[in-house]
Amino acid sequence: MSGEKTISRWLPAWRGALAALPIFAGAAIAQVPALVAYEIDGDEIRAPFAAAGDAGRGRAIVLSRESGNCYLCHAVPDAGAVPVGNIGPSLAGVGARASAAQLRLRVVDSSRINARSVMPAYYRVEGLRQVAAVYRDKPLLTAQQVEDVVAYLSQLRN
Amino acid sequence: MSGYRLPLILIAGWLAAAPGVSVAQTAVRPQPLKSGIEFTGPEVRALQEDEFANPAMLWITRGAALWQQPVGPAQQSCASCHGDVATMKGVATHYPQIDKGSARLINLEGRIQQCREVRQQTAPLRYESEDLLALTALVRMQSRGMPLAIEIDPQNRRHFERGRELYYRRVGQMNLSCANCHQDNWGKRLGPETISQGQGNPYPIYRLEWQTMGSLHRRLRACLSGVRAEMLPYGAPEYLDLELYLAWRSGDLPIETPGVRR
Ligand code: HEC
Ligand code: HEC
Repeated sequence: MSGEKTISRWLPAWRGALAALPIFAGAAIAQVPALVAYEIDGDEIRAPFAAAGDAGRGRAIVLSRESGNCYLCHAVPDAGAVPVGNIGPSLAGVGARASAAQLRLRVVDSSRINARSVMPAYYRVEGLRQVAAVYRDKPLLTAQQVEDVVAYLSQLRN
Repeated sequence: MSGYRLPLILIAGWLAAAPGVSVAQTAVRPQPLKSGIEFTGPEVRALQEDEFANPAMLWITRGAALWQQPVGPAQQSCASCHGDVATMKGVATHYPQIDKGSARLINLEGRIQQCREVRQQTAPLRYESEDLLALTALVRMQSRGMPLAIEIDPQNRRHFERGRELYYRRVGQMNLSCANCHQDNWGKRLGPETISQGQGNPYPIYRLEWQTMGSLHRRLRACLSGVRAEMLPYGAPEYLDLELYLAWRSGDLPIETPGVRR
């Protein structure tokens, strides 16, 4: 935590401007969610993105094929019958190893911690290539979902 | 434009003149090489290896009938020109290859489509149609047990290099490359599946999830859709380049067509 501060990913001003024009107010632009601006501070993002996260919803996201997909790569302590993968480390005890602020950056953009990480950045839309049209300009998770996942991970203390 | 075209040609010529050098330095094969069948579990393996149980044999039977079937104005079958399908032994080991007429890279599917349209002068076979899958599987099966015999030479090097670039390019909303999964993480589990080295040797395959036969390009599209990347049409030049890279990458792994996969 060097205290190095980076201002990242402000919602591009032009996107707001376009959305305001009646001619562009159609579905395509209206559906693009505005990304919350955030600050990276060392290996943390300290300020929450949304209302307090809900750990129960976070668990569902982590184990979901439609949204988080985290279980594809990580063992999850209470996964039940979900067939978990082993590309990344087990998430057991991760809440004791890392603070909520550290977990937030890990979920938002793993490449800021390890540039070669295979873990997708869950709250980043730029720097991606050949994204299928339905997912273009959309982050993998919404701001609220990021908070839900962080709340769940923080609970995994042993 | 022309200002730097000449040096580029010179460089390309130099690379081509030094076979092995740039390939060895910029492309790697997994070590040790393993067919995907080693990761499928015993049931799928038993299905693939038993000629009577292997569901893909239905397509082989269909292919054998098509091989004999006269079509087009001259009523010629594949057999009219090639004789018994056993003469196709070893043919599939040289694909994808540069087609002399068009100077384009084509795969086995492309060659069969070409024979059908140009020589038999009849309706084209759509990529991924039952008939094209059947004929491709039949012809490729004649080389079962043989490794591919692909050389990277001045004619195909550009395609090879582009295939390699695509192999390492991170794409899609999940931002993953082929290499992220099949080079760096083979043998590990991605949810329910064990990631193999992503070898093309068993294709076309019968896939239990599809409940039908599918080509290598269908599998590539499945992987790309998994990472939420754009999919290209079957037979797209990019997929052919990837197919050439995969062919080189499979080293001396033997052809296993027709394969079975989960
Ligand atoms: C494609 C694989 C993949 C997916 C999907 C994935 N991760 Fe990861 N994750 C990794 C890898 C690999 C690491 C190890 C560190 C690295 O290489 O970045 C990691 C590291 C982590 C860490 C740090 C663990 C520790 O012990 O320090 C956390 C927390 C984490 N992931 C949470 C998640 C969550 C939550 C999701 C889903 C929202 C997720 N991961 C999805 C591959 C993945
Ligand atoms: C997120 C992980 C992932 C990515 C990225 C990925 N694949 Fe796959 N691939 C899989 C899984 C899982 C399978 C099914 C299990 C297996 O056979 O490996 C598979 C299967 C394959 C197979 C079939 C292997 C067989 O024996 O049947 C090929 C060929 C292949 N992939 C090539 C590619 C290529 C080329 C790319 C890039 C365009 C790619 N894959 C990207 C996960 C991935």
